[in-house]
This record gives sequence, structure tokens and C-alpha cells, in this order.
Amino acid sequence: MSGAAGSRDRLRRMLVEAGSALLAVALLIWSLLPIYNMFLIALDPEEGEVEFTGNLWTPEPSLQSFVEVVTQDARYLETFWQQFGNSVIIGVATTILTVAIGSLASFAVSNLRLGKGRLLTNTALLSYAIPASFLIVPYYRIVHVYGLADNLLAVIAAQVTFATPFAILILQLYGWLIPAALDDAARVDGASPLQIYLRIYLPVMVPALAVVAVYALLLAWNDYLYQAVLLLPRHSTVAMVQGNLFADTDAEWNAMMAAGIIYALPPILLLLALRRHVAASLAMVSAGV
Amino acid sequence: MSTQQLLAVPSRLPAKGSARSPRGGNLRRAEFIWGVAFIAPYAAVFLAFVIYPFGYALWLASDPALYSELIADPLYLTTLINTFLFVGLGVNLKMFLALLLSGFFLRRRWWIRALLAVYVLPWLIASAQVGISFHWMLIGERGLIDGLISEFFGIDGPLWLNDRALAVGANIAAYVWKWMPFWTMIFLAARMTIPRDIYDAASIDGATGVRRFVHVTFPLMANLYLVCTLLSALWTLGEFTTVFLVSGGAPAGHSHVLATLGYRYAFDTSRPALGVAVVMSILPLLIPTAILLMRRFHVSEVRL
Repeated sequence: MSGAAGSRDRLRRMLVEAGSALLAVALLIWSLLPIYNMFLIALDPEEGEVEFTGNLWTPEPSLQSFVEVVTQDARYLETFWQQFGNSVIIGVATTILTVAIGSLASFAVSNLRLGKGRLLTNTALLSYAIPASFLIVPYYRIVHVYGLADNLLAVIAAQVTFATPFAILILQLYGWLIPAALDDAARVDGASPLQIYLRIYLPVMVPALAVVAVYALLLAWNDYLYQAVLLLPRHSTVAMVQGNLFADTDAEWNAMMAAGIIYALPPILLLLALRRHVAASLAMVSAGV
Repeated sequence: MSTQQLLAVPSRLPAKGSARSPRGGNLRRAEFIWGVAFIAPYAAVFLAFVIYPFGYALWLASDPALYSELIADPLYLTTLINTFLFVGLGVNLKMFLALLLSGFFLRRRWWIRALLAVYVLPWLIASAQVGISFHWMLIGERGLIDGLISEFFGIDGPLWLNDRALAVGANIAAYVWKWMPFWTMIFLAARMTIPRDIYDAASIDGATGVRRFVHVTFPLMANLYLVCTLLSALWTLGEFTTVFLVSGGAPAGHSHVLATLGYRYAFDTSRPALGVAVVMSILPLLIPTAILLMRRFHVSEVRL
């Protein structure tokens, strides 16, 4: 009896294991196919013209395209490091401003007798009723009013605007979940709110701030529309060059893809650096909702 | 300062320790001024970059003639249907698969953990690169997908971007590819916090496998699932880059969504008011969704 039940159990476990392995292979192919496609094009040497032939592997893989990008030798990428620098400026400024503005607002409503936490989260959620891309036409006009035409600040302002609501939601949720830690703020007598914010609030909120930072950087990194519409070619970013030229057969696409792969590295490094904080706070926040 | 005020939901919580540190009116006023100063940057951003552009958009698109023009425009109707397909299929497929896969990634095997690292890569690759890579995989006989089809099945694959259904499908696939890992991680994080005791108790009652998922896991995660789905629906409705780069509206503008059609009218055909009207026409659906999201978000806050 128990032997039969045991072997049935073993069979079941083996089936589960086999199913898991099958699913893992399927997920691996699904996740890697478009990335493989990027490498396929990037590793293809320019002379062969193999990049548009449906080959499954390039006959003579070469890292030449990466060298061309780094040494700014490819067409349209003569200023690659300047493009990359503009992307980094937008990304870093968006991240810092989002973390700062979001945490100041969250701290104010939860610790400073404003008592309007609900109003703040509602305002944040309501601003998601208007997706970012829907406001591109008015933005195009108002940056002229603000004197920010063809200015990286215009793009940064737009990205901060769309990242801050999420920052506030995450910070408010996280703050609700650790009231005891934040309550310590009350015990510091004679400290000004600014000191409490800097010395107690920010350190306690580090895991949630890590999530906000990753989110804000990725939002700015993903943006193509605002950069393409608000900036002129002399302020090109990596996303702009790639998106504007994606149908251009004159571009050296192996180099373009190599540039795209290099562009993917900063978010990966940021997530690697912050992964523990991100995992910890995502667990808390998602358990709270 | 009391726990109540820290939580900012005074009416719902017991008033423990509310009179711990009585302070003078001056201190209160000073704190209030600090509070206003702290919130000022967000208020300024909100006024200058949300309220002003939104008001401007409403004013630009306030002429009723624009909307009668849209209703008479067959491309607008096609776009509206595409948008519902993109959001309806894209969001639901993505969220449901993410929910199921989060259970798979919960398993403690080294190779599943290694797989998770690969699986989150799409989330970290920027939208423009995702769009371009998908576009190039699908450009007919010269793309990777049709190369694979002819290699393994010996037949010529379809011209993906010459067919409306395939082009819309390609946009959805690219969007799901990019964003499914993000939501999988959210659900994975939520599942990790479900105490083991609950599952142990459930298994004593005979709930395993599918029944455990339906009767134990899902009820615990239902509100999170709804909040995430609504938030994702709002974000997906505004998706521009994926559609613009994967299909670019091909064939002949028949795979546009509202964001890309609005862009086309505003910038390619120089009719900004019509472009804004295209996207503002969906506002009657957006606002109730956002309000529903606001309500569900607060239900969860009370659950604590």
C-alpha cells in the first residue's frame, strides 16, 4: 500500500520537475530571443551585409562594431559619448529629483501635522489618469513658455513629473508599514523637521528609496517620445538617435545595436547594486496592498 | 507626535498615545510652515507640469468639431479598437501570466533563481531597444523569426507587419515581453510574505495545487492583483514607444493606438488640436479607472 502510494508520489514529483524544466527552457527562449537578435546584429561585420538576411547566426562574428561605438567611428555615432552623457544627465537628474521631491512630500504629510496623506496619494494616483504620452503636444508648447526649448531640463522636468506619483505611492505605503520606526522621529526633542528628515526619515526609508531610484532611472531610460520631441539633434540622446533612425538603412546597424547593448548596462548595474533593498521593500509594500 | 498622524489615517486607527508630547502653538505653527516648505516642490511640479499642460490640452481640444471629425474618420475607429485590444489583451495576459509565473519562481532551486536573473533582463532593456529589436525580428523574410520558421518548418513565415492582426499582435507581444518581469517580481515579493503556516493549514485540509491557488493564494493577493491591473491599464493606455517602433502603425496606419495616432496627427500632419483630441477622447474612460484605483488603494491601506 504505502509502497504504491510512495511510487505514485515519486512519479508526481518527477512530473512536476520535468514540467518545471520545460517551462524554464520556454522562458529562457522567450526572454533571450530578442536579446539574441540584438547581439546577432551587433556581432555581424559591416562588409558582409548579413544583417538583413534572416541568418540564425552570423558566419564571422566580430566585436568590431563595439570598438567602432567606443571610439566614435560609426556613422551617426560620431558623438556617441556625448549622446550617452546626455542620457546619463537626464537619468541621474530625474532619479535624484524624484527621490528628493517625493520623499520631502511624503515626509511632510506623514510627519508634519499636515495630515493630508490621503489627499497626497489621491493627487498622485489621479495624475496617472493622464498618461505621459497624452501630454506631449501641450508640453511641446509650454516648454517654450518656460524658456526651456531644446533644453535637457525640459525632459528632466517631464520625467520627474511622471515618476514622482509612483515615488509618493511607494513611500507612503512603506511609511504606513513601519510606523514604529518612524515614531522614533517623535522622540527626538528639539530637532528641527529638516534634521529629523535627514537623520531619521531618510535612513529608515532607504529600501523604499532604492525602489524609487530604480523606477525613476528606468522611466527616464525608457523615454523616447519626450526626448525626440523636446530636444533638437545637437542635444541627442542614445534613445533619440536609435528611435529616429530605426528605419534608416544608411545607419550602420551593427554599431547601432552595439550602442543599444552598451546603453542597457547602467540600469542592470543599478539594480545589481540595489537588489537587496529593492527585494526587501517590494516584499513589504506588496504585502501591504 | 502620534502614530495616528504618522499614518495619516486618523479615523481608522485606535488613538493610542495621542497625547504623548503636548506642544505649544508656536511649535505647531513652525512645523506647519516646515510642512508647507517640504511639500512645495511637489506642488510646484504638479501645477507647472500636470495642471497647466492638462488644462492647455483641454483648451486645445475643446472644439466639438474635432470630435465629429474623429467619428467620421475610419482610422480613428480602427485605432480605438486596436487600443482596446492592446490594453485588454496586453494587460490581462501580462498580469495573469505574471501571477502564475511568480508561483514558479517561488520554488527554491538554484537553476530557477538563475533563470530569474535572465527573466528580469527585458525589464532593464530600454523601450526603444526593445521596439527596434522586435521590429527587426519581424521584418518579413529577412527577420530572425521568419528565419527560424523556415529553418525548423521549411516554410516561409508571414509578412508580420503587412497584416493588421499580426502587427497588433506583434505590438502586444513586445509590450508583454518588456513588462511581464516587473509585475512578476511584484507578485513574487507578495507571495514570499504569505506565511508558510497558512499553506500548512491548507494542506491539512486537502488544498494542494490548483485548489490551493484558487482558495488560498489568490484571495490573499486579489486586491494587489486588482490595483496592479488598474495601474498597468492606465500605463498601457499611454504606451507610445513600443507601437511606434515595432509596427509604426503599419500596414497603412492600421495598427496605431491612440498615443501614436495622436502623435501622427499632431506632428506629421501638423494638426496639434486634432492630435490632442484623439487622446482626450478616451478621458471618459480614464478618469473612472483612476477613481476606482484610488478606492482600491485605500481599501488595502485599511486592511493593515
